[in-house]
Amino acid sequence: MSSEGGDGPLYVPDAPHRPGDEADFTEWPWSPGDLGMPEIGCDASETTDLAEGLVRVLGDDNRSSGDWDPKLRPEVLIKGLEHMMRLRIFDDRMIKMQRTGKLSFYMRSFGEEAVAIAQTMALKEQDWLFPTYRQPGAQFVRDRDMVSMICHCIGNEMDNVKGRQMPVHYTYREGRFISVSSPVGTQFSQAVGVALASSYKGLDEVTITWIGDGASAEGDYHYALNFASIFQAPVILNVVNNQWAISTHKNFASKNGNFAVRGLPYGIPSIRVDGNDFLALYSVTSWARERASKGFGPTHIEVLTYRAGAHSSSDDPSRYRPSDVHNFWPGGDPIERLREHLKEIGEWTDQQHKELSEKIDTEVMSAYKEAVKFGDLANGPYPSSDAIFTEVYEEPPWHLMEQWDEMKKWRNS
Amino acid sequence: MMPNMNMVESVNSAIDTMLSKDEDVIMFGEDVGYFGGVFRTSDGLQERHGKHRVFDSPLSEGGIAATAFGMGINGLRPVVEIQFADYIFPAYDQIVNEMAKVRHRSGGEFWCPVTIRTPAGGGIRGGHHHSQSPESQFTHTPGLKVVYCSTPYNAKGLLISAIEDNDPVIFFEPKRCYRGPFYGDPHNVPTWAGHPEAEVPDSHYKIPLGEARLAMEGDSCTVISWGAMVHVCEQAIKDSGVSCDLIDLQTLVPWDKDAVVKSISKTGRCVIVHEAPKTSGFGAEMAASIQERCFWNLESPIERVTGWDTPFPHTTEWDYMPGPDRVAAAIVRTQED
Repeated sequence: MSSEGGDGPLYVPDAPHRPGDEADFTEWPWSPGDLGMPEIGCDASETTDLAEGLVRVLGDDNRSSGDWDPKLRPEVLIKGLEHMMRLRIFDDRMIKMQRTGKLSFYMRSFGEEAVAIAQTMALKEQDWLFPTYRQPGAQFVRDRDMVSMICHCIGNEMDNVKGRQMPVHYTYREGRFISVSSPVGTQFSQAVGVALASSYKGLDEVTITWIGDGASAEGDYHYALNFASIFQAPVILNVVNNQWAISTHKNFASKNGNFAVRGLPYGIPSIRVDGNDFLALYSVTSWARERASKGFGPTHIEVLTYRAGAHSSSDDPSRYRPSDVHNFWPGGDPIERLREHLKEIGEWTDQQHKELSEKIDTEVMSAYKEAVKFGDLANGPYPSSDAIFTEVYEEPPWHLMEQWDEMKKWRNS
Repeated sequence: MMPNMNMVESVNSAIDTMLSKDEDVIMFGEDVGYFGGVFRTSDGLQERHGKHRVFDSPLSEGGIAATAFGMGINGLRPVVEIQFADYIFPAYDQIVNEMAKVRHRSGGEFWCPVTIRTPAGGGIRGGHHHSQSPESQFTHTPGLKVVYCSTPYNAKGLLISAIEDNDPVIFFEPKRCYRGPFYGDPHNVPTWAGHPEAEVPDSHYKIPLGEARLAMEGDSCTVISWGAMVHVCEQAIKDSGVSCDLIDLQTLVPWDKDAVVKSISKTGRCVIVHEAPKTSGFGAEMAASIQERCFWNLESPIERVTGWDTPFPHTTEWDYMPGPDRVAAAIVRTQED
């Protein structure tokens, strides 16, 4: 068992469990119905209980209850389930491609599928999404073509970002899904600017953004809270607390383990929500959207979840945490919980689930086969290396034109 | 017989050596503690030296640099890691305006003996943000020393010198060369096994900052490079058939004036190679300084072979990084009358 403290007088924290330890999550003291829904225009101080507690809707009995129950139609729930299943099956196919050299790299959303999907479903189509690499699922909600997503991940000649970015660094302007950048946290404060532009233009557009628990230690997180609060930006600021930043446990990002409460001293209403509870996520996000839309400004949300898989295809979490740890997460699995809820209310059967799963399998396989027709990383064809020089500026200046000509003499692709 | 180490192991050995030698040395950064670093350069060091000396930090490059600054002015000798050089920019203010200037601004009453290690350079399909080589953004800052290692042997010797130096040092490690020299062919990547530069003593040794390494010796051209490109230049020189001095600069600030002047006085011709973009790259500084000092010795224009003035691509990175063909052609051009 690892221990807090250190081997000398300098205090250094540690993760609660390491390889060989038993996962020891304490049972959650929070239940659906614990927390009421405040007035839409409330002050930050009226959300203290929401920030310190946990908004849940789905109970251990698989039923929904409480003020935060969004009372969604079964069709909406089934759509959410389908998107989450699509994301998981898609991720599994992509990681297989990575393992066989058809992609250079990959990052799954395993265990966190509900986050981007429920939250994006709770928004309107004109709302802006400013994601990290762990919210690709939002694109399914916004109807992105799966072939196009795979082509990006391969970096083949149909990649809409032209082989320039690593896999999973999607851009999808049509779906108002803003380009993903590798440096963690930068999008969080940029999203406030996106939201303020919407305010300036007088449009009913809300911006949603996400940051990890680890990246909340970057300055950008704090810039975002301050600017959003001061200018009353119509923005939804989510800290996705999935407990791990590669090998760095959230204990290195927060001493008391609560990220939600950090919004309160900035004057931002703040809520902690069960990130594996589709209904709770949907509901909290709808509430935050309504606040923003009505001119009451930002909402700060901690999405409590667990990174069930590796950080990326380059990571091996068995080196720093027990390998089966995610099975003990009190929030369970987001797909299983929504499936069981739908069954509980008589809207879903195991047979329907199996059929849907098979349908998506076929869809993913078919998209994969279509995508590799445009080239795979192992064998090409690749995008033209002319794309190295285009769109650096709106028009290439003389020195790039010279270098471009030089490159053409030597290039391989 | 000395142990054979790759560059991951020799960097690890340098830090290990200094942690053992000087209790004021501590190491921290993202994922460097329990996990041992995403490239494994601190593997086992926390276990060996204690959690209070090798530890993880929050994901905050600005915070890492600022904390190292504070520890440095209060008597410690921190070695910090920025996981990728591309991620150093949140720390830029702390490095450029604070670390680099504190000795000067305080009239010499405070100084900052911090070493900032950071993997840099391309060739790992890292795209825009895991491939850059930002050395010139630090060579342009008075008060910083800038080092770029290229082999297991010089990595350890230079890193120990950097840690023992009383000024802040930015220490670039070419990640493409962690596990083998890189000769420019992505389909044929050897390991360090058997390479003479991989014979690395377990013990403490230093390569002085400011001294270049003459990696190859010849008469007709001086090829100057640093980092992964040193090995690409070695291949290019062989391919060109031209007899060349190959100067591995090792330290960019302060660079080895004597070695460069001596070589160009002999060869009269010069090619400078780096993978960072051309405009305001450190090659520009070298070319300008060489013409100031060696103008009457030069027989042909100084050539630069560099990365393009564009962001670093993902899929097509081999059309971005200078390869042996481009370098060899430049060497041959310098031989024309």
